[in-house]
This record gives sequence, C-alpha cells and structure tokens, in this order.
Amino acid sequence: MAQLHTVNKSPFERNAFVSCLEHAKEGSGILLFEDGVYAAMNGTAVADKVKAALSGRSLYVLGPDVKARGLSEDNVIDGVKVVDYEGFVDLVTEYDKVQSWL
Amino acid sequence: MAEPWEDDEVEGPVFKFLYVNRKAPYGTIYALESLEVVLIAAAFEQDVSLAFVDDGVYQIKKGQDTAGIGMKNFSPTYRALEGYDVEKLYVEKEALEERGLTTDDLIVPVEVVSRAEMADLMDEQDVILSF
Repeated sequence: MAQLHTVNKSPFERNAFVSCLEHAKEGSGILLFEDGVYAAMNGTAVADKVKAALSGRSLYVLGPDVKARGLSEDNVIDGVKVVDYEGFVDLVTEYDKVQSWL
Repeated sequence: MAEPWEDDEVEGPVFKFLYVNRKAPYGTIYALESLEVVLIAAAFEQDVSLAFVDDGVYQIKKGQDTAGIGMKNFSPTYRALEGYDVEKLYVEKEALEERGLTTDDLIVPVEVVSRAEMADLMDEQDVILSF
C-alpha cells in the first residue's frame, strides 16, 4: 500500500517535514507544497535529510509554490521532481492513499 | 488660526518600535498583516525598525512570482518602505545561512546582524510587535 505524503509547512518552523521523513516507508511518495517547498531547495540546513530520503522514495515539489516564493526550480535538489497542479492530482490518483502532514 | 492638529509644533514622544517578522509569506497571513501595520504606524512618525528572523527572511526573497498560486505578490511593498522613512531593516545572519541565502537574494538593502546582536536590538526597544 504505497502512500503519498503531503507536507505544507516550512521545515524550519515545524517538525512536520522531519516527522514525515521518519515515517515514510520505502516506495512512498512525498509531495512538498505551500511553505513545504522550502525543504526542496539546495543549500539549506535540511538538504542532507532530503537527499537521504530520495533513496527508496519519490519526492515531488509543487512548481507554482516554488515560483511564488522567489525560489528557482533550477535550485531544487537533484532528484526532486517539480510538478504542477495537474501533476498533484495525478499523484493523488497514482498512490493508494494520501496522508497530510499539517 | 490653525487648529491644534494642524500645528507642526505639536509633537508627542517618539518611541522605538521594532516589528519582528518570523513567518514565511503566503503560507500564513502574518507577513502581509505585519506589513499593513508597519505602513499604518509609519504615519505616526515613530522610530521604526524591522527585524527579519527565522522564516521571516523569506518575506524579502527576490523574484517572487505569485501568478501561479492566485495570491497578491506583496514583496514590492518592502521596497516602498524607504518612502515612509522606514529605513532600518535588520536580518539575522544565522537565519540566512540555515536557508542557504545571502544578501544578494534579498530585494531590499538590509543590515545583517548576528543572533546576539539581534537580541541586543530587541533589548533596546520601547515597543515590540511580533508577527
């Protein structure tokens, strides 16, 4: 039962992202959106955790939220896939269930 | 004869106000509300400083483009603060570093201070408003 986890909180303000990583099993997907997108960027204090999570899991980040915050899709960590709103819907249908980390 | 409220000689006390911004824009309403209050308070000619700490530094990140999320991009307003004599903007060095940012990433000129210096700045104030 592959799950899609969604995280919409900044990794620097709450532990939702780190807690999600620690509970996300291999084969699961993690979608970062709203303030969650800050976790997807290179050079931050949580970048190493993201890179470690990429082994065995798929990470996604919502492009419109990246752009809104003045971040560049070019600066997203390698291996994290940028999706649009349609891609968000596709992910929800591809995985068996969705768990929101608020 | 001029009414009292038209008299330039009438001056109240000037207090040191610090607005502490600790939230990223768009995810919550705090950043926009802080900016609104700063602009209103600017009319009262007080000694105003703005501090950007923790995720607050993301408020002044360059290149914000909100067309895709259907929200108003209010980041250009930070550049207008100078016109309201709000010119003292402080950013915490540690907050920038944790987020992989430098002053080149910011839309306004700021003074970068250490966490210890930020603590001193907070200590010097008469009034602190936190967002």
